[in-house]
Amino acid sequence: MAKHTLSVLVEDVPGVLTRVASLFARRAFNIHSLAVGPTEIDGISRMTVVVDAEGDSLEQVTKQLNKLINVIKIVELLPETSVQRDHIMVKVRADAATRLQVTQAAELFRASVIDVSTDSLVVEATGNAAKIEALLAILEPFGIREIVQSGTLAVGRGAKSMSDRALKSLSA
Amino acid sequence: MSNSTPANPASVANSINRTKDATAAVSSVVEASNPVQGPNTIVAPTQMTGSQAIVRSLEELGVKDVFGLPGGAILPTYDPLMDSTKINHVLVRHEQGAGHAAQGFAMASGEVGVCIATSGPGATNLVTALADANMDSVPMVAITGQVHSAFIGSDAFQEADIVGITMPITKHAFLVTKAEDIPKTLASAFYLAQTGRPGPVLVDITKDAQQADMTFSWPPKVELPGYRVVTRGHNKQLREAAKLIAGATRPVLYVGGGVIKANAHEELKEFAEFINAPVVTTLTARGAFPDSHVQHVGMPGMHGAVSAVTALQQSDLLITLGARFDDRVTGVLSSFAPNAKVIHADIDPAEISKNRVADVPIVGSLDEIIPQLQEACATRFENEPQADLTGWWGLLNRLRETYPIGYTQTQDGLSAPQNVIQRIGELTGPDGVYVAGVGQHQMWAAQFVKYERPRSWLNSAGLGTMGFSVPAAMGAKVAQPERVVWAIDGDGCFQMTNQELATCVINKIPIKVAIINNSSLGMVRQWQTLFYDGRYSNTDLNTGHGTARIPDFVKLADAYGCVGLRCERDEDIDATIKQALEINDRPVVIDFVVSADSMVWPMVPSGVSNDQIQIAKGMTPEWEEED
Repeated sequence: MAKHTLSVLVEDVPGVLTRVASLFARRAFNIHSLAVGPTEIDGISRMTVVVDAEGDSLEQVTKQLNKLINVIKIVELLPETSVQRDHIMVKVRADAATRLQVTQAAELFRASVIDVSTDSLVVEATGNAAKIEALLAILEPFGIREIVQSGTLAVGRGAKSMSDRALKSLSA
Repeated sequence: MSNSTPANPASVANSINRTKDATAAVSSVVEASNPVQGPNTIVAPTQMTGSQAIVRSLEELGVKDVFGLPGGAILPTYDPLMDSTKINHVLVRHEQGAGHAAQGFAMASGEVGVCIATSGPGATNLVTALADANMDSVPMVAITGQVHSAFIGSDAFQEADIVGITMPITKHAFLVTKAEDIPKTLASAFYLAQTGRPGPVLVDITKDAQQADMTFSWPPKVELPGYRVVTRGHNKQLREAAKLIAGATRPVLYVGGGVIKANAHEELKEFAEFINAPVVTTLTARGAFPDSHVQHVGMPGMHGAVSAVTALQQSDLLITLGARFDDRVTGVLSSFAPNAKVIHADIDPAEISKNRVADVPIVGSLDEIIPQLQEACATRFENEPQADLTGWWGLLNRLRETYPIGYTQTQDGLSAPQNVIQRIGELTGPDGVYVAGVGQHQMWAAQFVKYERPRSWLNSAGLGTMGFSVPAAMGAKVAQPERVVWAIDGDGCFQMTNQELATCVINKIPIKVAIINNSSLGMVRQWQTLFYDGRYSNTDLNTGHGTARIPDFVKLADAYGCVGLRCERDEDIDATIKQALEINDRPVVIDFVVSADSMVWPMVPSGVSNDQIQIAKGMTPEWEEED
C-alpha cells in the first residue's frame, strides 16, 4: 500500500493526540509515522501523519479525522509539492580502529557526530526516508546499538501557509 | 474568555464558517445563527458556585426534564438542583436507565435528552446508553461528576477516566476542571449534540469545579473552530442526481433514520409523490414515510419485506436519504443492489462512500436537500420526461401481493407473538409511541405495527441493546405525557432493566409494558433452530408456560406497584390490551405468554446475498414470473 502524508492542524487541548491515534486504531487504519508539535499559532498544534492507505480508504481516514471536533484542518501533502524529512539518531559501535571509518561514512551523508565514547558514536542525520535507509545500510556493518527516529515532518513548498486561514478564523 | 463580555454569536458563526476544508462537494457552509440553544436570555454577571452554574446553564438551555442518580462526585450539583423550579429531575434506579431514558426522551421529542451520574461506576453505567446513542445518532448530553482535579490519575475512590472511556462512543467528550468553563462547555455540548449528525456528548466535571465560585453570565461564547455543519446541497450534485432520477426505470428511495432526525418527513412525502418512486424505510426510519402510503414497499434488511429487499436488489438507482448501508440492510455488500447507481445524501460526509461508493454524493441536511432535489428534478423533467415506471411498479406490486408480511399459526396451542403485537398496534393506533427492546419481538414490532408518523417507533438499532425498552419508554412518556407509550419487550430484555418500573410508579410515568414472553432468548434460539441443529444452549429463561416462572412477571409488576396482567389465550388478547389502555394512573405490565417456536420471517441468513432471502425455512420467493 502506498504511503500518504497528512498534515493535521488540531486544537492544542488535552487528549487530542489520543483522539487521533485511537481513531486510526479503531477504524483499522495503519499509521506509519506520527509527529506532533506546536505551531506558530498559540493553541494550535500540527500533526504530520504518514498513513498506509489508498483511494477510498484514504478518503475515509480524512473524513473520519474531520469529524473529530478538535481537528481544524487536514491537508494531504504530495511528495512533488512538499518537503518531507525524517530525523534519526544512531548509536554505532566504534572503537579506535573503526572510529575514523564511521565518521567518514557519516560525513558522506552530511550527518553529524553528536556523542563520542571509547567504543561508540552517536550519529545524527536528517533527510528523506531513502537517505536515512542508505545511511543505516552503511552503518550497519559496524554494529548498530540503538536507533531512535522521529516521525516524518512535512511542509508544503512555496509561500502558502496551511495555517493562514485557520489563524484568520480563530482571531475573528 | 471574559464572562462579562456579551458574546457575539455572529462572529462565532463566521469563525466556524471558514475552517476545515470539506473533502466532499460543498456549495456553502451555513451555520445556525446562534450556536447557544434555548431562549438565549441575557444574564448579567452573577456570582455563584460551579454547581449552581450547571443547574442555571441547563435552565438557560431550555432543559425541563433530566434523568439521573446522585453520588459523591456529583453531590454538589444535586444540592442546587433540588431548588430548581424549572428542571424536573427523575431519579432512576440504575444509571443505564437514565441514559436510555434520555435517549427515549430525545427520540420521541427531537430535543436533547439529558442524564446525570456520579463518577466511576455511575459514569461507566452510562456507557451502554452512550454507545447506543452514538450508533443511532441520538442527541443527548451526559453530565458526570469527576473526582477532585488534584486526585485525577491517583486511582482515587470512584475514579474512572470516563472521557477516555467514552471517546470512541460519543460525538465528543469534555473534561471540565474550572468552574468558569462550565457554561460555555455545556452550551457547546448541547450545540454539538443537536446539530449536524446528532449524537451523545459527555461533560465530565470535577468536584472542585462544582464547588468553586465563579461569575455566571449568559449566553456564553461557543468556540468550536474545528466544527462546521453543511446544510445545503451542492447544485452540481443535485443536477447530476436529477439526471439519474429522470433516466432511472427502477429507482428506489432508500430512506434511513436521518430523515426523521432532520424532520424532513413532509418533504420526503412530497418528493416521493413527485417522482413516484417506491419507498423503503429502514429499521430506524419506520414512520418517516407512512406505512399506509401506496408507494411504501416495506422495511428492507435481514428481516425485511420481500418487496422491499427486492426493490433494492433489482434497482437501477438507489436514492439514499439519511441511510448508511448498514450490513443488516445490505447483506453481503458485494452482491447488494448490483445494478444500481447510488445517490447518497447525508449530513455526515464520512457516511458517503464508506460502505458503498456513491455515484452522486450530496452533503447536507435532508430538510434542505430533499426540496432542492425536487426542484432539480422538476427542472430536468421539463426537458427530459421521467422514465416510465409502470414495469417496475408491476413487479413490486406483484411481490407485495404475493409475499406480504405474515405469520403461521403456532403448533403448541400458545398464542402467536406476531398476533399480539399486531393487535397492540391496531387497538392503540398511529398516535401511540412504540418502544422495543432487541430481538424477535423488536423485529415483529417493526413488521406488524403500522407506523404513520415519525418518532412513533423507537428502538436500539445499531448497537442492538437488550434492555433498551422500559427505560426508553419511560423517557418517551416524560417527553410526551399525552401519548400512549408502549414498551414492547421480550422476557429476556425486560429482566435487564425492569427496575425502572419503580421510577415510573413513583414519578407517575404510566407506561404500558407488553412482555412478549416466549420463555427464552428468542432470537438466539431462532438461530440455534436454524443453524445449530436445534441445540438450545443457554437460551431457556424459564419464564413462560409450563416452567417454574422465575420471575413471575405479574407478581413482579404487583411488587413494583404496577398493574400486572397475564394473557395466555388468543381470545383474551384484545380484552387485555383494552384493559391496559384504560389504565392511565400507573404503569401496566402484561405478561403475554406466547409460543417459543415462532420465528421471524422473512430472513436473509447472515453472510449471504439478499437474493437468498427466505420467506420460511428453506423457502425462497419466485423472483420473476411471466415477465
